[in-house]
Amino acid sequence: MPSSESLGTAEPLRVSILTQGPYLIASIHTALDDEQLTRFQRNLIDRVGRQRSRGIVIDVSTLDVLDSFGTRTLTDLAQMARLRGAETVIVGINPEVAIAMVQLSLEVSFVHTALDLEEGLARLAEVTGDIHGIAAHHTAPDQ
Amino acid sequence: MTETPRKLGTTDEEWAGNGELLPELVAHLRENRTALRQEWATRITDAHLLSSMTAKEVFSEATSVYDNYVEVLETGSVEALQHYARDLSERIIPRGVETHEVVGIVLLLRDVLARSLFEKYHRDFSLLNRVLDAYEPAANRIANTVAVSFVEERERVIRQQQDAILELSTPVLQVRERLLILPIIGVLDTQRARQLTEQLLRGIRDHRAKVVVIDITGVPDVDEGVANSLVQTVDASRLMGAEVIITGLSSTIAQILVTIGVDLNKMRTVGDLQGGIEEAERQLGFKVTRHHDAQL
Repeated sequence: MPSSESLGTAEPLRVSILTQGPYLIASIHTALDDEQLTRFQRNLIDRVGRQRSRGIVIDVSTLDVLDSFGTRTLTDLAQMARLRGAETVIVGINPEVAIAMVQLSLEVSFVHTALDLEEGLARLAEVTGDIHGIAAHHTAPDQ
Repeated sequence: MTETPRKLGTTDEEWAGNGELLPELVAHLRENRTALRQEWATRITDAHLLSSMTAKEVFSEATSVYDNYVEVLETGSVEALQHYARDLSERIIPRGVETHEVVGIVLLLRDVLARSLFEKYHRDFSLLNRVLDAYEPAANRIANTVAVSFVEERERVIRQQQDAILELSTPVLQVRERLLILPIIGVLDTQRARQLTEQLLRGIRDHRAKVVVIDITGVPDVDEGVANSLVQTVDASRLMGAEVIITGLSSTIAQILVTIGVDLNKMRTVGDLQGGIEEAERQLGFKVTRHHDAQL
């Protein structure tokens, strides 16, 4: 199973996509332009089917802006992922980004949100009903 | 005080041009220090200025101001006076001294001194004129300095208090692991609502909160802008993975929310703070039981 792959002729994406059991974890390292976002979306959806993933966590904590195109791409991605059998959680939205997004009335539908990666994995375990998942096992007996 | 200053502030050239008469003036004021100071203090009391201070305090401040005043006339430098005026303001503002009182006493001193000059030089009218030419700009400059220092100090205090109120008025408190409460008391305006959102989001990140209860029992009224920013707060919190429960909505606020057509599906509300916390605990998996009930 390839852990990262080059995408055609274009420069490699600054996104790492890791496999964690039935989930895919994508962390975005730097701001992506529209073309890169589209490639990222296609790449991720491709892998959801190939690896039979149940869920996706997208970590955007390094981003200090999320514009309308980015929001729409993520929403579309979540919708496509759901059609292929995976739920999507976006984690690591900064306070400033969150404020900007609500002020611009950017909505992310079909998407769950969580504070960070750990929370995101727990959330996925919750929504996919996967109690055996590593994330659920890791966080549930917390109290 | 009906006399209006002829001009406020003077350029340095004017100051220098009238320089030769000032030493004589200063000597005169030094000589008659006791009498003039006493006269001034009496007139302050007669005019019911500085009524929040005792006669003794007025006299001691009057002495310092008098000496500073003469010093400024002598050196032409208002820096020391500025410093003193700020210091004085710091002391008397908490006691409720008003701007008009401070301006009033400085103008009174100006008047007292002018009268004494008039008395001394009234036989030689042209000399009196020149003395007043030297005295007036300097006196105006002093009055100006004191008044400006006082107002600046007051503004500084007001700004400081505003910051303190803003800071205090929106505490973000953790009541259980992953559960924050945000009791809002007092009028919400747009600025406070924005600040509240920022503080809450930071709190969510720092405490890793999953549920937030915002209690608005203490908010008498909201306008459309504030209601919208409350909705934005809820949305932004959700983006950071925290669910918001709003409690204590008054009938007025409920009416406003319905009137402006807030999407109520997105807002979870519970009647009061207790209900909100209970709901949040349920959601987080806490179970609170009374001690002796558990034993049964």
